[in-house]
Amino acid sequence: MLPLINIALAFVTVGIIVRIIGVDPLHALRLLVVGAIGSSESIGYTLYYTTNFIFTGLAVAVAFHGGLFNIGGEGQAYIGGLGCGLAILALDHFLPAWAMIPIAIAAAALFGAAWAAVPAWLQAWRGSHIVITTIMFNFVAAALMVYLMVNVLIAPGSMTPQSRTFTASGKLPQVQEVLAAVGIQVAPSALNLSIVLAILCCVGVWVFLWHTPWGYALRTMGHNPEAAIYAGTNLKHMTMLAMCLSGALAGFVGVNELMGVHQRIVLDFPAGYGFAGIAVALMGRSHPLGIVLAALLFGALQQGGAELAFEIPTITREMVVVIQGLIILFSGALVHLPRPLLQSLLALAGR
Amino acid sequence: MTAAIELQEIRKSFGNVHAVRGVSLDIEKGAITGIVGENGAGKSTLMSILYGLYRADAGEIVIDGQPIDMASPHDAIAQGIGMVHQHFMLVDTFTVLENLILGVEGGPLLAGGLAAARAELVRLAREYGLAVNPDAKVADLSVGEQQRVEILKVLYRGARILILDEPSAVLTPQETDQLFRILAALKERGVTIVLITHKLREIMAATDHVYVMRQGQVVADRRTAETNPEELAELMVGRKVRLELDKTAPHIGEVLLEAQHLSLVDGRGVRLLDDINLSLRAGEIVGIAGVSGNGQSELLQVLSGIRRPTSGRLVVRGRVIEAHHPSDPAEMRDLGVAHVPEDRLRQGMVAAFQASETSILGYQDEPPFRRGYLLDGPAVGKHCARLMDQFDVRPRAPGLRSSNFSGGNQQKLVLAREMSREPKVLLVGQPTRGVDIGAIEFIHRELLRSRDQGCAVLVVSVELEEILSLADRILVMFGGRIMGEVPAARADERTLGLMMAGAQA
Repeated sequence: MLPLINIALAFVTVGIIVRIIGVDPLHALRLLVVGAIGSSESIGYTLYYTTNFIFTGLAVAVAFHGGLFNIGGEGQAYIGGLGCGLAILALDHFLPAWAMIPIAIAAAALFGAAWAAVPAWLQAWRGSHIVITTIMFNFVAAALMVYLMVNVLIAPGSMTPQSRTFTASGKLPQVQEVLAAVGIQVAPSALNLSIVLAILCCVGVWVFLWHTPWGYALRTMGHNPEAAIYAGTNLKHMTMLAMCLSGALAGFVGVNELMGVHQRIVLDFPAGYGFAGIAVALMGRSHPLGIVLAALLFGALQQGGAELAFEIPTITREMVVVIQGLIILFSGALVHLPRPLLQSLLALAGR
Repeated sequence: MTAAIELQEIRKSFGNVHAVRGVSLDIEKGAITGIVGENGAGKSTLMSILYGLYRADAGEIVIDGQPIDMASPHDAIAQGIGMVHQHFMLVDTFTVLENLILGVEGGPLLAGGLAAARAELVRLAREYGLAVNPDAKVADLSVGEQQRVEILKVLYRGARILILDEPSAVLTPQETDQLFRILAALKERGVTIVLITHKLREIMAATDHVYVMRQGQVVADRRTAETNPEELAELMVGRKVRLELDKTAPHIGEVLLEAQHLSLVDGRGVRLLDDINLSLRAGEIVGIAGVSGNGQSELLQVLSGIRRPTSGRLVVRGRVIEAHHPSDPAEMRDLGVAHVPEDRLRQGMVAAFQASETSILGYQDEPPFRRGYLLDGPAVGKHCARLMDQFDVRPRAPGLRSSNFSGGNQQKLVLAREMSREPKVLLVGQPTRGVDIGAIEFIHRELLRSRDQGCAVLVVSVELEEILSLADRILVMFGGRIMGEVPAARADERTLGLMMAGAQA
């Protein structure tokens, strides 16, 4: 109940702002909703964005259950994509798709995990705070990628910093292709089979956290590090495990973006998903189910917002970011704001 | 008798829990009134209402004949009520004087307030015999002196009515006696005192009048001179309680755990443990007595593998563990050493976890809880339900959050977890801290049963009575050293108390 009220409050606030810049809020809302779920194409794009948000949301949540605040999803996604792309560039001429795809996915996980492992190691053994180091590693990742794209991986003869196009074996099938094969026609969109990977990750994270001894130890560390020490858990190793899993999950953004959409390594594909993952995890209460719901909301906002910005020129992309920001504010920082009101309302209703 | 405070029909609920249900009592002017009761009996809630920390749902507080609306501690202070909390509210790095004026600085510049406070402090010290060096840093004071600063703080704010909440929890018996002398001096000067405690000995020694609370109600009200500890205990619990344990002679076996020249030095070079030698033998309970903060916690941490000793070695069931190649808690567990930590909330359990999850803490990697890569949820639940049956943990709800159990039930759950693995060595820190009398009896019997089954038990406790009634041998710690060993048969509070204060045996 409370999350819904928070979202509603955010929308009311947005409505007031939209009113101030001279647009009818209800009209804008209708455009937003239609833009997000109005057609099979727009639903496809919404789900494609949702996939990214699930990956980064899960990444933040896993670390968070271990008491670690991973702000580095952005960089881990970037480097995960690099790993994915490198594997494909190296092997796509030799391997068929059924072998290429798992290897590329594994490479994305490995590179993402490796990028998270360095801050984890620095925190576990050297005591550097993980919030600081993961933020810095985002910048390092961005700089590294620019260097690599401009100087090393750029396709020969190309004017834009992007790699050569992957061959067919380095392409993840689109959902509309798969559905067409079983006789269901939907409009083409960016939605690809990464969404299946995202759902598998949700189930995997749920099983890991609540049904394995390591997940148990990880949560113990997050809730009460002293109890974890008492229980005989090696906190250094557990920090490494939590962050590597987190980085691997963030790295899957690269799978969705590069293998699913761009078909080549490009610059700036994480586009803020890593940071938005923090909000998604926060809203989803760090539970896979909640993260799926929050990711759907963010995906719909992303897609519907793009349509909105297209239809009404006075509402810019930045305005959509404001909406996201307000939702984060209301469901994060001000989460208990309506609670007293709600309680007194419930008490009144009960009378 | 004139009443300084009359509480009339005070009620207070938290959700569905009726913490205080219709309490009426009179606090006699210029006397020491005791309030005893088990944990959760409502004593602290009642005093918090009197001090304005909580608002009563119903009832009236009458002070000197005037009904008072006690909305906040400000109102209480204005009425001359002062409270000395169980946990000191002092700034360690400030001097006594600076602590004294905290919150009543008296103007934008400190100099004036400090000078006035100094004069007042001298007067209070002379009048009540509460001597403390005004310029000493609080961190450098002994615990007894810190408590004196707390009392001075309250008096400085003009309190005529003093509430003390479990004041002796951190004191040696000698310091406690000193505290009682101070309270007597305060009483001489007309200060009204309310003493909240669960220690019957202190009620008998210090108070004029005692109220017994049980389940949120006052169940009895006695002149202290006309009652005795047995009667009070029975009133507190609501049934006959045996304060004495029947203990058979120990059947002592081989040495199971031995500490040789164990030392622990922290990062600042402070010797927390200093050349500790001790051995635990099968079938005996060894008690470690001492004022808290004299190395007992560190000793438990080193023996259970949580902290690495700086030097010395441990021999556990024949296995030698050197300081330079230390063991971790998981390895100690594998060697058959179980540990019930002192601070169960911070170490022994995870407050946010379900009780069933807490019931496998430290054993999550072992069968039957772990099957392949997965935790066997049903097996964990069944295990927890069995522990709850065996140790009478209430409510019997493995799915309930650990933090929703009372202190005594949490302790029973942790104890059950550690004892269920049939350890060879059982290390227990503060087995009955925050546990009510009924559960204390149970926990003590379980510890004795463990001993009789051939387990080597080490009990660390700041409750001397507990050590005296449980242990076969008593070691006293002071300043990180073992001051001496006394066989239980020859131990008494006086000799142990002297050793706890640092006198050699």
